[in-house]
Amino acid sequence: MNETRHRVTLKVNGVVREATVPGRRLLSDCLRHDLGLTGTHVGCEHGVCGACTVLLDGEPVRSCLMFAVTADGHEITTVEGLARGDGEPSPVQRAFSECHALQCGFCTPGFLCAVTAFLRDNPAPSEEEALEAVSGNLCRCTGYQNILKAVHRAAEIQASEIQAAEIQAEEGGA
Amino acid sequence: MKPPPFDYHGPVTLGEALDVLAEAGPDGKVLAGGQSLIPLLNMRLAAPAHIVDVNRVPGLDGIEAGQDGVRVGALARHAAVERSPEAAALPLLRQALRLVAHPVIRNRGTVVGSLVHADPSAEMPAVLALLGGSVRLAARGGEREVAAADFFTGPMESALRPGELAVSAFFPALPGRSGTAFHEVSRRHGDYAVAGVAAAVTLDEDLRVTAARVACVSVGPVPVVVDVTTACGPRPAGSAGWEAAAAAVRDRIEPEGDIHATADYRRHLTGVLAVRALRDAAAAAHGEEA
Ligand SMILES: Cc1cc2nc3c(=O)[nH]c(=O)nc-3n(C[C@H](O)[C@H](O)[C@H](O)COP(=O)(O)OP(=O)(O)OC[C@H]3O[C@@H](n4cnc5c(N)ncnc54)[C@H](O)[C@@H]3O)c2cc1C
Ligand code: FES
Ligand code: FES
Repeated sequence: MNETRHRVTLKVNGVVREATVPGRRLLSDCLRHDLGLTGTHVGCEHGVCGACTVLLDGEPVRSCLMFAVTADGHEITTVEGLARGDGEPSPVQRAFSECHALQCGFCTPGFLCAVTAFLRDNPAPSEEEALEAVSGNLCRCTGYQNILKAVHRAAEIQASEIQAAEIQAEEGGA
Repeated sequence: MKPPPFDYHGPVTLGEALDVLAEAGPDGKVLAGGQSLIPLLNMRLAAPAHIVDVNRVPGLDGIEAGQDGVRVGALARHAAVERSPEAAALPLLRQALRLVAHPVIRNRGTVVGSLVHADPSAEMPAVLALLGGSVRLAARGGEREVAAADFFTGPMESALRPGELAVSAFFPALPGRSGTAFHEVSRRHGDYAVAGVAAAVTLDEDLRVTAARVACVSVGPVPVVVDVTTACGPRPAGSAGWEAAAAAVRDRIEPEGDIHATADYRRHLTGVLAVRALRDAAAAAHGEEA
């Protein structure tokens, strides 16, 4: 069967990328197969596990529950885009590493994307809010205690970085 | 798994969307948030020949509150309605949306999509049914407004006809001194409910119950609305015996058993949740008066 193909343009991690895909190409598969960004993982393909979570215009979404054509013209951030330009891991990535919040790492890209967006909107979450934030992502080996610790640790790192930047700005201004 | 092949349409105006839907007829499916349709496609439980992606149609994401209620457009995401100051006029919307899946799913899923999907375990159909709301359906050449009581026709079945697009849903406001609550039990947080009850209670000036209604999920093919006013009122809300209301609810529902829960357990659970929801709704109605 000859399927119609559609040209899609996505801005992925700040870079404009193009792909020509059939309508049924999932965004997760477009990222992995068409664009070679295999950091986004695919577990269940029905929205339950959260491994495929990416940021669509800054908001976390399941990339397995979206067609690449629907994302045409939008900005996507994948786990590959979370580190800073110089390759330095982001506060959330550092916290996951420090707190041993991963074992096999299969679920990690989804957690990192979801937590990054969560802490941007809620920089100092309560225990309950942090739990709610990760409750849509499944991890089959680490257990959730260290993941929760990492969420709070990331909030700490983020806060201290903001403070440091403010002090630097003040000193620079003086 | 991967979705089966289909012809993809991405209309950019409402007129174009209705034209495409009219031509596709029974072979066409609307794609809104995709949080129910794409899992079905991925599992190959659905194989429509045409997918009409309405995400680019302008003007469908409105959330408008008036004196008489809140109208939610087809592209208003669960998360947008949850955060919307307009929708806050009707606390039941937020009370129910917190229970719909997970925050990440709510970023894409739409309220109107939930209604059309008509899952008997879903929260938003129960809210629409409890409030006596309606869904506006547009087709090439006309629109019609269908009341909740006629809209939900069976499990995963609604009054939507081939060629129609649900453009908005209307959730009517409750009279003064009313309160609402939604309680459910699910196996895991964010899962569909094993049982759930939405309640609305209205009090008079002396804080006696003048109206009390519940809508139950997961205990029938469609949301089951039970008017429990006579079982509650017109005693003062504080002393109202919610047990009698719960008994009335247990009598009215016809739950089925499955691997998650037996029919008896669902009936019991619904009674317990009805008491909690009615009590909290009455307290909220009281709070509004205070
Ligand atoms: C892991 C997971 C857990 C979930 N848990 C819950 C839960 O606890 N409670 C709950 O209520 N839901 C739950 N959902 C479903 C979620 O709320 C969906 O978003 C919702 O049911 C459908 O909305 P949608 O916009 O995504 O619709 P879509 O998936 O795009 O469409 C669903 C159906 O409705 C039709 N449709 C959608 N919009 C329109 C329209 N405007 N006009 C005509 N037809 C239309 C489509 O053709 C399709 O048949 C869950 C989903 C997932 C993936
Ligand atoms: S692969 Fe997308 S949620 Fe599991
Ligand atoms: S680290 Fe293995 S699944 Fe989470």
